[in-house]
Amino acid sequence: MRISWDDEVAIYTQRRQLVTPGELLAQGEYYPELNTFKEKDKIYSMIVGLFDYRGNRLSVVPLKHCYIPYVGDLVIGKVVDSGMSGWTVDIHSPYSALLPLTEATSRPPSIRKEVEGILRIGDLIKAKVIAFDRTKDPILTIRDRDLGRVTRGKVVKISPSKIPRLIGKKGSMINLLKKESLCDLTVGQNGVILVMCKSPEAEEAVIDVIKMIEREAHTQGLTDRVSEALRRRIGSTP
Amino acid sequence: MIKGYPERLIDENGLRLDGRRPDELRPIKLEIGVLGNADGSAYIEQGKNKILVGVYGPREIHPKHAELPNRAVLRCRYRMAPFSTEERKNPAPSRREIEISKVIREALEPAVMSEYYPRTVIDIFIEALQCDGGTRCAGIVAASLALADAGIPMRDLVSSCSAGKAGGEIILDLFDLEDKYGDADMPVALMVNLNMITLLQMDGKLNPMEFEKAFTMAMEGCRKIRGLQVEALKKRYQGIVEREGTSEFDEEGT
Repeated sequence: MRISWDDEVAIYTQRRQLVTPGELLAQGEYYPELNTFKEKDKIYSMIVGLFDYRGNRLSVVPLKHCYIPYVGDLVIGKVVDSGMSGWTVDIHSPYSALLPLTEATSRPPSIRKEVEGILRIGDLIKAKVIAFDRTKDPILTIRDRDLGRVTRGKVVKISPSKIPRLIGKKGSMINLLKKESLCDLTVGQNGVILVMCKSPEAEEAVIDVIKMIEREAHTQGLTDRVSEALRRRIGSTP
Repeated sequence: MIKGYPERLIDENGLRLDGRRPDELRPIKLEIGVLGNADGSAYIEQGKNKILVGVYGPREIHPKHAELPNRAVLRCRYRMAPFSTEERKNPAPSRREIEISKVIREALEPAVMSEYYPRTVIDIFIEALQCDGGTRCAGIVAASLALADAGIPMRDLVSSCSAGKAGGEIILDLFDLEDKYGDADMPVALMVNLNMITLLQMDGKLNPMEFEKAFTMAMEGCRKIRGLQVEALKKRYQGIVEREGTSEFDEEGT
């Protein structure tokens, strides 16, 4: 890695170590990736998070962040306004989303009454982000399988930065939750999770476990504790 | 509380009215994440100063016409509580508060990577609950911690500290009486790791040599404060991370 004897090339921080904004992470031939930046030949962190690197690419895993939509994300949002051309949806993001009429139905209605028949203000929807580039508000669609109005179940909100942990490696955590609780879970990338169970007690139990995952997202042996908690809670309420 | 006009600001042993050495900071206590409803928050006690900061955002901007197409707007409000001073302060925003809001915003703006959240706003509310001189500096220190707590990307933490002259000596971190009856007060805000100054004000008189000395002293104070800021952040988050270096974080799946 050493370029010449004059340039110091080194990583100053260990993997998984807590770093703060402006902390010097490395110097030399490294590439700044997620949440890091380069100033001259030095790489600094720009947030509070956990340091990580792959090869010479450095990044910091955030502990807290707001939801920024990406094309293809599944989100759960609330309809907050409706107009003749579509709806405005609150997706717990700095950017409010638009659901155009054409993305809700194949036959656009001609009168207002019919628009209200599809979605009303206050409805919760499962939707997919189909366009977003930060210059305009994100566009959603509900014209796909399993999308559209949520009619039952309970909703729990967690920090969007904890969603990857809730899903786990190749979906390990979320599959464990589904298998142990026999509930149907929909995870919105914006930190909103829809829980649908057979009984309200089971729903409460699953919500508690999800909140536990959020709280202990960065601790060791979480999977074991989750399955134990689930067995304890769900086992008593079949 | 020391009242009235002090006979002299530095005693025969070279100590100040509150018993500090000329280059000594007031004791600082920092807490992070004190407000449940704000996205990020911090509380600072610096001597008798008590300041609470809440950060909201990035969030949707209202009024909509104030949005910027290329970056987030930073809004900052510094406010003194009516009970923060010896004499009751009129709760209406004063000329001074409006000015301090502006200079604090400008001290934080170079640090915040606002280009990551175009068309949004980041609101910073600084409430001075008890004031004893140097509240703008303490406000900046707490505000940059609250921003970090909110998860907003920053180039560096902003550390701030004042230096000045009282009783013929160059002193660090002036408190109310030294500010009022002293000869000069100079608040400095610094991004320590990047070595960039984001705030430099002065009132009173200093000759170039005194200025040099006071400025170096203020920079040194900022460095010490940065250490405390980092310590406070680590204390707040280490508990969540638990045992550094061993915690797992199975990142995968969307």
